[in-house]
Amino acid sequence: MNPAPSDRTVPSREPIIRVRDLVVGFGERTILDGLSLDVMPGEILGFVGKSGGGKSVLTRTILGLTPKRSGTIEVFGEDIDTLNAVERRAMERRWGVLFQQGALFSSLNVKQNITFPMREYLDMSPRLMDELAIAKIEMVGLSPDVAEKAPSELSGGMIKRAALARSLALDPEILFLDEPTSGLDPIGAGEFDELITTLQQTLGLTVFMVTHDLDSLHTVCDRIAALADGRVIAAGPIETMLASDHPWVFAYFHGKRARAAGFADQQRGR
Amino acid sequence: MGAAEAPLLAVARHGRELVFVGNGRWIAVHGRALEELVDAALADSGGADSARIDFSGVRALDTVGAVLLERLIRGLGAAMPAPALVGLERRFEPLLDEVSRGCHEVPPATVYVNPFVGALNVVGRTVAETARDGEQFIEFMGAATVAMLRVLARPTTFRLTSMVYHLERTGFRAVPIIALMTFLIGAIIAQQGIFHFRRFGATTYVVDMVGILTLRELGVLIVSIMVAGRSGSAFTAELGSMRMREEVDALRVMGFDPIEVLVLPRLVALIIAVPLLTFLGSMCALVGGGLTAWVYGGISPEIFIARLQEAIALNTFEVGMIKAPFMAAIIGLIACMEGMRVGGSAESLGAHTTASVVKAIFLVIVLDGLFAIFFAAINM
Repeated sequence: MNPAPSDRTVPSREPIIRVRDLVVGFGERTILDGLSLDVMPGEILGFVGKSGGGKSVLTRTILGLTPKRSGTIEVFGEDIDTLNAVERRAMERRWGVLFQQGALFSSLNVKQNITFPMREYLDMSPRLMDELAIAKIEMVGLSPDVAEKAPSELSGGMIKRAALARSLALDPEILFLDEPTSGLDPIGAGEFDELITTLQQTLGLTVFMVTHDLDSLHTVCDRIAALADGRVIAAGPIETMLASDHPWVFAYFHGKRARAAGFADQQRGR
Repeated sequence: MGAAEAPLLAVARHGRELVFVGNGRWIAVHGRALEELVDAALADSGGADSARIDFSGVRALDTVGAVLLERLIRGLGAAMPAPALVGLERRFEPLLDEVSRGCHEVPPATVYVNPFVGALNVVGRTVAETARDGEQFIEFMGAATVAMLRVLARPTTFRLTSMVYHLERTGFRAVPIIALMTFLIGAIIAQQGIFHFRRFGATTYVVDMVGILTLRELGVLIVSIMVAGRSGSAFTAELGSMRMREEVDALRVMGFDPIEVLVLPRLVALIIAVPLLTFLGSMCALVGGGLTAWVYGGISPEIFIARLQEAIALNTFEVGMIKAPFMAAIIGLIACMEGMRVGGSAESLGAHTTASVVKAIFLVIVLDGLFAIFFAAINM
C-alpha cells in the first residue's frame, strides 16, 4: 500500500487502531464481549457481521459516541481514555466519518457542509476554502454546481458522495465508512467502491469500512474481519475467510450471494 | 519542527527564468501562510518567460497543499509556457493529478439585486404565499370534513383507541397546568379590580368583572393559547417527522387515508378536550378570583357566590363554552396541516412547528373577535 502523504506519526507496522478486550453493552444486553481488532495503516479493512450484531456499535465506540464497559482502544498509538479534551479534539481532526444516511447538515448547502469543519479547525482564506470544497466535490465525482444545492435536493447516491467529501474535508488519516454502498444501485455501488480505492491510494488513507456488500469486500478490501457473538472470529484476507470453518463465516462466504459475487470461483481456483 | 526550517516557498530569478523552491510541509495547518506565499509569488512573477518549480524539499503534501501548488502552476501557466515541476515525490503525484483535473471555478454564490426590487419581491412573495396558505387551509378543512363524513357513514372505521390516547395527552395531562394558569389569571384580575373599584366604593363589582371576563373571554382564550402551544406544536412535530421518514407515504400506499388515520383522531380529541378544559379553566379562574376577593377585598365566599348569581346570566357562560370547540378545530386543523406540509429537512420541521403555533394563536384571537361581533349582533 502507498505510504501516507504527510509525515504520519505512526510507524508503518504498528496498528493505527488497536482494540483490546472491548466490552460494550446496553442495560442487560452485552453487544461486544471481549472484542480485539487491529487495523493497519494504509489498509482497507472490511468489517462484516450479522445485522444487529454490533458492527455499528464498534464504530461508534471507537469514535467515542457510545460508552464502553471495559477494554482499551488505541488510535494512532494513543489510548483514547487517557486523552484530555484538547488532545481528543486533535485526534478527531485526524479521522473522517461517513455515516450511513450521510448525516449532512440539512440547513447548510453542500459547500457549507464541506467548509464547516474547515472554518472551525483551519486558518485560511474563504477563497481557498471554497476552492478546496470544489476540489473535494470533484474528487468524489460530483459536478461543481452541486456545491450550492441543499442536501434535500440530492439523490441518495449524491448524498453519500457529498457526505464523503465532507468526511474528507480535513484530510483525515483514517476514514470510517458505515455501509457506504447500502441503498445504492449496483452501478453506483461499483463506482463508489472504485472511488474509495482511488481516494485511499491518492490520499494514503486507512479505511475502516462496515459493509454487507459482498462485491465491495471482494473488490476493495485488503483485509476482512468478521464479527459474531460479540467478538472478531476471523480476520485476514479473503482466503482466510474462505478457509474459516466457523458456521457463520462459512454461511456468509459460501452462500448463494457470495458465489454470485465471485467468491466461489476464487476458491475453486485455489 | 524547528524554526530553522527553510521557507515553505522561496523564489529566485536566474536571468529570465524563475525558480520556485518548495520546502517543508505543504499541509492544511500552514494554509494561510502558504496561500500568501503563493499569491505573492504569482504577483511578482512578471518579466520572466519560463519557470521551474522544485519540490524536492517538500516532505508532506495534502489537499490544501496540492490545491495551492496547482494554483501556482495554473497562475504561472497563464503568462508563460507551463512551468516544469521537478522533484515532487512520486507518492504525491496521484493527489496533484486528482486536484488538477477539476475546473476550480467556484460558482458565484449571490447575484446583486436592487434593494428596492428585492423588497418588492419579498412583499409579493409573502402576499402570494399567504394566499396559498389560505387556499391550502380551506382545502385541508375540506379534506378533514370529507374524512369526517366518511367516518360518520361507517362509524366502525373511526380510530377510537388513537382518539382516546390523544384525548389523554391533550386533555387529561393538561389539567394541572391549565388549572394553575387560569387560577392565577382569575386571582390577578380580581386583585387589580379591587384596587381600582375601591376608589369608587364599588368593591363588590369586582365579582361582575371577574365573572364576565373569565367566563366569556379569558377562560377559553387562555386554554386555547395553552393548547395551541402545548398540543398544536406536538401534533405538527409528530406529523412532520412522520412525513420526513415517509411514514405518511407508507400509510397512503397501504390504502389508508392519512387524514382519516392521523388527523381525524387528533382533531376529534381536541374538539372534546378544549371545551372540557375551558369549563375547568373558567371554574378555576372563578375560584382564584373569589379567593383574592376574600383576602384583599373582604368579600366572603357566600357574598361572592350570591353576587355572581345576580350578575351572571347563563348566556355569559354559554358564550364561552360555544366558542371552545371552534377554537379546538382551528388549532387542530392548523397544527395538522402544518405537520403535513413539512419537507425533507430538520429546518423545515422547525419552521412549520413555529408557523403552526403562531398561526393557531393568531387565528384563535381573530375568531374570538368574530364571535364577539356575532354575539353582540344577536344580543347574547
